[in-house]
Formats: sequence, C-alpha cells, structure tokens
Amino acid sequence: MKGVNTIMEEDQLKLTLKRLAHELIENHYPFTDAYIIGIQPRGIAISDFITQYIQSIHPEVSIHYGKLDITFYRDDFRGQIHIPSITDLPFSIEGKKVILIDDVLYTGRTIRAAMDALLDNGRAQKVELCILVDRKFSRELPIQPDYVGKSIDSIVTQKVKVMWGNEKRVILYDSI
Amino acid sequence: MQLSSKHLLGIRDLLPGDIQLILDTARQFKEVLQRPIKKVPSLRDITIVNLFYENSTRTRISFELAEKRLSADTINFAASGSSVSKGETLLDTVNNILSMKVDMVVMRHSATGAPHFLAKHIPAAIVNAGDGINEHPTQALLDALSITERLGDLKGKKIAIIGDIMHSRVALSNIYLLTKMGAEVTLAGPPTLIPKHIRDAFGVNVTYNVKEALEWCDVANVLRIQLERQNQVLFSSLREYNQAYGITRQLLDSLQKDVLIMHPGPINRGVELDSDVADSKQSIILDQVENGVAVRMAVLYLLSGRKESTS
Repeated sequence: MKGVNTIMEEDQLKLTLKRLAHELIENHYPFTDAYIIGIQPRGIAISDFITQYIQSIHPEVSIHYGKLDITFYRDDFRGQIHIPSITDLPFSIEGKKVILIDDVLYTGRTIRAAMDALLDNGRAQKVELCILVDRKFSRELPIQPDYVGKSIDSIVTQKVKVMWGNEKRVILYDSI
Repeated sequence: MQLSSKHLLGIRDLLPGDIQLILDTARQFKEVLQRPIKKVPSLRDITIVNLFYENSTRTRISFELAEKRLSADTINFAASGSSVSKGETLLDTVNNILSMKVDMVVMRHSATGAPHFLAKHIPAAIVNAGDGINEHPTQALLDALSITERLGDLKGKKIAIIGDIMHSRVALSNIYLLTKMGAEVTLAGPPTLIPKHIRDAFGVNVTYNVKEALEWCDVANVLRIQLERQNQVLFSSLREYNQAYGITRQLLDSLQKDVLIMHPGPINRGVELDSDVADSKQSIILDQVENGVAVRMAVLYLLSGRKESTS
C-alpha cells in the first residue's frame, strides 16, 4: 500500500464509536421499535462494537440486532462475482425504525443496495444511516448519513480502510 | 473469485474450489428462500431457456424456480410438440433460440455429450441438467449440500451409492464430486448393474451385499431402478430386487447405527426403497429437493457473472 495516512488512531476510533452509540441512545432509547442492522462484510465490526457498547451502558434494554448482506442487490456484480456473507435478520422490520450501520460511505451504492434488500424484507417505518467515515464529496447517488463519525475529503484513487485486528485504526491510502 | 469454467457440463471438469464455492453460495441462497419475498434481482437482465429433450418434472421445476427467484426471464422448451418432431436438428433449434438473445441454456438430453456439443458451437453458457448416462452435476451438488448440512465437511465421510449404477448419471456425478472432495465411496447393487472395472477407474469400493454397504456408510444414496432405460432384463423381478437389494425398515433396524437415506427421486416405493424408510426420520429426501433450488440458484448466479479473462 502506498501513501498510507492514519486518519484515526485506536483511541480516537473507539471514542468516535462511543459517541455514535450515544447519539443512537439519544434518539432511540429504549430501542423498543428501533432495530440495528450492520451491513456485511465490513460494517459488522463497527455495528458489533456499537451494539455491545449500548447494551453495556443499558443492560435493561434488549437491542434487536441483525446483519444484512447486500451482494445480490449490487448493481455492479457482472463486473466481478462477489461471494455473499450471512444475512441474519432474526426479526421482521415491518413498521419498525431501522438503523443501518456501515464503516465507510463512499459512492452510496452499497446503501442503495441495502435499502433495496430491506424493502424485500418488509416496509420499515424509517431507515437511518450511521457511518464511521463519510467520504463526503464522492457520492454518486443522493444518499446522506444521519450519524457520522468523521467526514473526510478524498479522491477517487484513494481508499479508506477500517482496520479492526490487533491494531485498530482507520487509514487512507492510494489504491493505485 | 469465480468458477473455473464458463459452463457447468459435468463435475468431471470442476475443481474442488469450484465445488466449495457453489456450496457456500448455495447456503446463502437458502437464506433467501426463507424470506417473505423469496427473490433477489441479480439475474434480472438474463434470459434462460430450459431446453428439455427428455421428460422431467422435478428437475425442470427446480431450475425454473431457481431462475425465477433470481428474477431471470425463463423460457421452457419441451421437445415433444416442437419443431423437433418436424426433424429440426439440435444445433438449428438452439441457434434459433439464441438469435432471440437468450443468455443461458439449461439442457437435458438423452444423448451423452449433447451439452458438450452445444458448448462448442454456441456462445451462451450451458448448464447440464442431465445428459444420457453421463452426468447430472446439479444433482450431485445438491446431494453434497444435503450431506454437509447433516454431517459437516465431506472429507472422510462414507457414502454408499446403491442401485442401478450402470445407467445412472446421478451416480457418476456423485462419484466424481465425492472423490474430489475427499469422501469415501462404496457402490452396492446387483453385479449386472455395476460396471465391471469401475473400482479401478474411479477409486471406489464395490460390494454386491447391500447390508455390508449400509454397515459401513454414514449416508446411503439410493438410486431408482430405471425401467425405461433397460432393453434387457438385468434382474429377475422388481419383487426380487426389493428382497435382495431394497432398503427396508427391517434392514435399517438390523444395523448397529443410524444411516441417513437419500434418493434423487422419483421413488419406486416398494422396489429400491420402502415407504416406511422414505418417510422416516432418517430420510433427508425432502431436504434434497429444497436444496436443489438453492444449488441451482448458486450455479446460475455464478455462471451468469463470469467474465472471460481478457488477454
């Protein structure tokens, strides 16, 4: 990888995720009809963290949490076959508020696909979007987040990656 | 990541990695089939013709369902009542259909090698739904998925294939798949229905004693006695076949353990399989049917997106 810049170190990353979790609590406590759905594959680490954190602050609340894979709804799959990950929605979203969580919002196509996938699972009352990193000026569709961790400017030849292994941080690097 | 071949003509040409990819993708499609809206838009730009020159109900319906669940447009072609009866050749029939911009062909034909012949002459992707006494690859794939659901990874598992091996494309595809994935295979049945040199040709075990095969195996895949294929009588009578080689409740109860029972369908009840076995807890026959749609969705999905690598 070339031109690697760390845009969030581990401490900042966790603090931001906790702030996002608090924003969700602010709007949706006690989560009786607000369901959290993480987007496969890369949104899951984020949504797992946020959901567990909310649960730890409010053990009295039961959070409805699911995972959504959008592979079959992509608009680009003829270019390259994508292998689907698990979709696990242990509840109906009919009439509920859904909070989608993903790591990076770039062109908006993943979220477009996620909304189509949600539609095939019922009619949600409302869908909100919670994103860790917003690549703010790179949208190709009119889609904007409701909860943002960090907004950055980036160019098309760069990529943003959330590293969640032993080393947790968010990096921006040149993909070419 | 994609399949190594543009077509699915047989398990013989597949790599173990291809088989794993198809099974993993099929598992995800099974989840789609549990949803209230059992449809995904992935193949909405694709038209598929189901070219069935041989009778079939369950395979054709299974493919048609798989295609519709992927939002593809489907056309069904049955040889009887078509211009085939006016003497139109296979190649002419297919070229005519293709000039109507059909993207994929799912084909069942009584001549071994018919899909391979087509694959050489037409640009569409071909899925073999059964050719002569050669292969029936999607059946072997759904059999494999059904086994892994109950027993985990195929490696090291013991599968007995019982019945008319000689005329069975299901048997051959299963033999290829199971040996490629590291399972052990034993063929069992009357000596007249098991090809003479098959043990050496494919690295499988052979026994003419069905009870011995059942004592050994984890799963028994019971084949149909194919009355329509034989021009000579290869066993004395259906009743005697059932007595010597049929899977009966009594036979299963006499074993030291429970084996799983599979059958590709349609079952000749009372011949190769008794009703109280077919409908028992050990039978995973209906799972096979359910998995058939998911596996066919996976195959069509993976073949439709395949790009030829540009050199």
